[in-house]
Amino acid sequence: MNLIPDLITAIPEVTIVVLTLLLLLYGAFIGNKSTGTVSWLSIIAMCLAAILVISTPAERVTAFNQLFIVDEFANYAKLLIIISAVLTIILAMPYNKRENILHFEYPILILFAVLGMMMMVSANDLISLYLGIELQSLSLYILATIRRDSVKSAEAGLKYFVLGALSSGILLYGMSMVYGFSGSTSFDNLSIVFENYSGNNSNIGVIVGLVFIMAGLAFKVSAVPFHMWTPDVYEGAPTPITAFFAIAPKVAAMILLIRILIQPFGEFFDQWQQIIWFISAASMILGAFAAINQKNIKRLMAYSSIGHMGFILVGLVAGNESGTQAVLLYLTVYLFMNIGTFACILAMRRQDRMVEDIDQLAGLSRTNPIMAICITVFMFSMAGIPPLAGFFGKYFIFKAAIEANLYTLTVLGLLASVVSAYYYLRIVKLIYFDDALDSFDLPVGKEISIITIGMSIVVVFFIFIIWPILNTTAIAAATLFAI
Amino acid sequence: MEFFPVISLITFLPLIGVLFILLVRGDEETVARNARYTAIWTSSATFIVSLFLWINFDNTTADFQFVEKIEWIPGFSTSYHVGVDGISIFFVLLSAALTPICVLASWKSITKRVREYMIAFLILETMMIGTFVALDFLLFYIFFEGVLIPMFIIIGVWGGERRVYSAFKFFLYTLAGSVLLLVAILVLHYESGTTDIPELLSYNVPVEIQPWLWIAFFASFAVKMPMWPVHTWLPDAHVEAPTAGSVILAGVLLKMGGYGFLRFSLPMLPIASEQFTPLIYTLSVVAIIYTSLVALAQEDMKKLIAYSSVAHMGFVTIGIFTASQYGLQGSIFQMLSHGIISAALFLCVGVVYDRIHSRDINRYGGLVKRMPKYSAIFMLFVLGSVALPGTSGFIGEFMILIGAYKANTWVALLATTGIILGAAYMLYMYRRVIFGELLKDDLKEILDLDFRELCIFTPLIILVIWMGIWPQPFLDVMDVSVKNLLENYQLALNR
Repeated sequence: MNLIPDLITAIPEVTIVVLTLLLLLYGAFIGNKSTGTVSWLSIIAMCLAAILVISTPAERVTAFNQLFIVDEFANYAKLLIIISAVLTIILAMPYNKRENILHFEYPILILFAVLGMMMMVSANDLISLYLGIELQSLSLYILATIRRDSVKSAEAGLKYFVLGALSSGILLYGMSMVYGFSGSTSFDNLSIVFENYSGNNSNIGVIVGLVFIMAGLAFKVSAVPFHMWTPDVYEGAPTPITAFFAIAPKVAAMILLIRILIQPFGEFFDQWQQIIWFISAASMILGAFAAINQKNIKRLMAYSSIGHMGFILVGLVAGNESGTQAVLLYLTVYLFMNIGTFACILAMRRQDRMVEDIDQLAGLSRTNPIMAICITVFMFSMAGIPPLAGFFGKYFIFKAAIEANLYTLTVLGLLASVVSAYYYLRIVKLIYFDDALDSFDLPVGKEISIITIGMSIVVVFFIFIIWPILNTTAIAAATLFAI
Repeated sequence: MEFFPVISLITFLPLIGVLFILLVRGDEETVARNARYTAIWTSSATFIVSLFLWINFDNTTADFQFVEKIEWIPGFSTSYHVGVDGISIFFVLLSAALTPICVLASWKSITKRVREYMIAFLILETMMIGTFVALDFLLFYIFFEGVLIPMFIIIGVWGGERRVYSAFKFFLYTLAGSVLLLVAILVLHYESGTTDIPELLSYNVPVEIQPWLWIAFFASFAVKMPMWPVHTWLPDAHVEAPTAGSVILAGVLLKMGGYGFLRFSLPMLPIASEQFTPLIYTLSVVAIIYTSLVALAQEDMKKLIAYSSVAHMGFVTIGIFTASQYGLQGSIFQMLSHGIISAALFLCVGVVYDRIHSRDINRYGGLVKRMPKYSAIFMLFVLGSVALPGTSGFIGEFMILIGAYKANTWVALLATTGIILGAAYMLYMYRRVIFGELLKDDLKEILDLDFRELCIFTPLIILVIWMGIWPQPFLDVMDVSVKNLLENYQLALNR
């Protein structure tokens, strides 16, 4: 046991812990006046962590008795998580000022959640996995209810908490089963144990445990049939937090799911592939059909994210290197599209109140043409229409699926994407074809404008930046399959 | 001049126009005026540059010319690869020629949101030209699908009463077909390891998967074409789209389906194409006879022309799948000719629609007394559409029918009835609109074509007559490419 090298391996996480605790102290002394400062400082802390993530050596390193792993795969996910958290805090600052949610805990809790997610993606043991999940979940429960005087927010938080705790329980139960039947919790040891299993029937307990673990993690990525909480929580939580919910925890849980299924449970590929196949197909189809009738844009985004998770899981069903690479690419694209869309949703205000009804977007192209173009870009991108970014996400996902001979799933998925195109188009229709209502409150604020326009530029010109992203994701995916 | 990227210039020049339009500031009137002028100048410039392609085109080789290839996604053997050959060059010219005409045709009829309209049209032009010059399957798909976005907006914003329904139907129909094409592209990529079209053309696709790929291709191209029974989006889209939207739909977008069959289905999947030829013949013959009869019963001029387009496209598919020199050249020629004639017919409808705001045939009658110039021009295009010798329509359909007689006499015989029916519905419509008593009061005040409208029609008139009397320059250009395609096709069948 030598602590120092281990701590150096985990230097981005350590940095975040130390800075978060300092900021917490600072906030506790100064009080809610310090919210602005704490927000900016936490953005700086995360940028610092991001720099450390980028500059960490590329090869695979484990630390803390193999509890913790750092590789390109984890690093890429960490960058995505940090980017989404930073953008969330930027979006949240003007929003919180207007809605009067001036708690200094807000950025601190996001930092803790980010820390939990970074531990999740770096987990190399069932125990550290669980610790990471709990740290992020507990922070997120509080964030969902941060608007204490709002019934909806409280309901969302409570629902999230109860169901989240249930899923954590299921996860923990599965982990205990796996431990009981294999005698280890470390991913590395589990791989070795399972390799000797081939042809042996005594692994039924492990499979049951695996199913429980998958159910728990499927809840975290809100895949069908564990998706029920998503629309309610999305609707009730404050909008910047919804944006955060839609991206960061899903990135973390998806990465974790991939790592755990590919690495220690790789031997059980045939068993878990069927389950993930079903979850993926069901998510794509439900995401496509259930969103059609939604009136609230946040609920619509919830179903849309369920659908996207279905598409991403196709890459996992493929179970090959290009599938994992496609998942990373899709998550990146998903981050850009979602942050952009939620920034637009944040700009939907009338008489200083949020409006969330989709019909309120009618005729936006007359009152705010730039925002109209941006939303249109995001919607066409989510529908997967080339040449926008969303198309490339889907293209590489289904390319991997074809390589794994998943023809049925590919055709199902693409047809689901046609159905989902309908409700994305409905928003475009409202914006361009319908008569104008009153303008939304102007100006929308420079943070929102910059993020919206920036993200739509990224989505439109994604064809020019796809190559470096593909290279990075290829390296990241390769590290997972190297062993 | 050797390495001048002329194709990229043609493809992306309209986008530069878009940038300029975006930069225009000022009150609504100024913006509209500047948007119109920028659009007409950029699209005309694009057309002039595209003429350069034709002038410098080498008739003696079947290779792709003016090729540009830039690495794009290296690990996936996908590149930015563009070029033209004898098959695609005329489609590029057609797209480049029709866009300025469309802009001119919308000069006065589009008064609201002119800036967005012109932007949509210029983006549409880039996408259309890109579709025909792309020599990478993924790149082709990107342009092919990208067309949907501006067209959806054009139909939905500037269309008629049922524009929302039509726009959705158009979009979802086409998208549903196209995703199957995407699956086929992915399978081809997996099998061959490349998406490069020249490489795929020389790649022998395994016989077992050819039928599946063919069906997937067919799903996309048949919807786009459109073939019976997936043609129902077309009448709706045509009726509701603004005049210029209909012109582009009929003039260029329908040709993408035919181009797809020519470029992909036939040469890449020869064995499956051979197997499925009876299916194509059947559907085409049904399309020709059925939609002609439907056209006969139409009261709406645009709908009538839309159904006639389906029938004319039936000839094209027959010609392509006869896999003969006459059939293929006839098909390409027919697509070009139909691109011009149907565009002109929609413009003719647009002329009276701008004045009376009705497309109902019964709403008109006796126009010849007030509008002699219009009646003469309309007559010419109607006759072109019914394939009168001396017009371009005759050459195309005649060549197709020669090819079809050699391949299958019954198909040719049944298809010929389409020409008779075509004459019936077109002339019947013409008689009711142009001749008869001038009874309606507002028609008594109607004005003949003005200078701008004459400018729109003049190039189309010249082309229709030129192609009808002296088609050789057009046929020469496509000759070698078509021969080469057919040689490879026969080789693949005999292997």
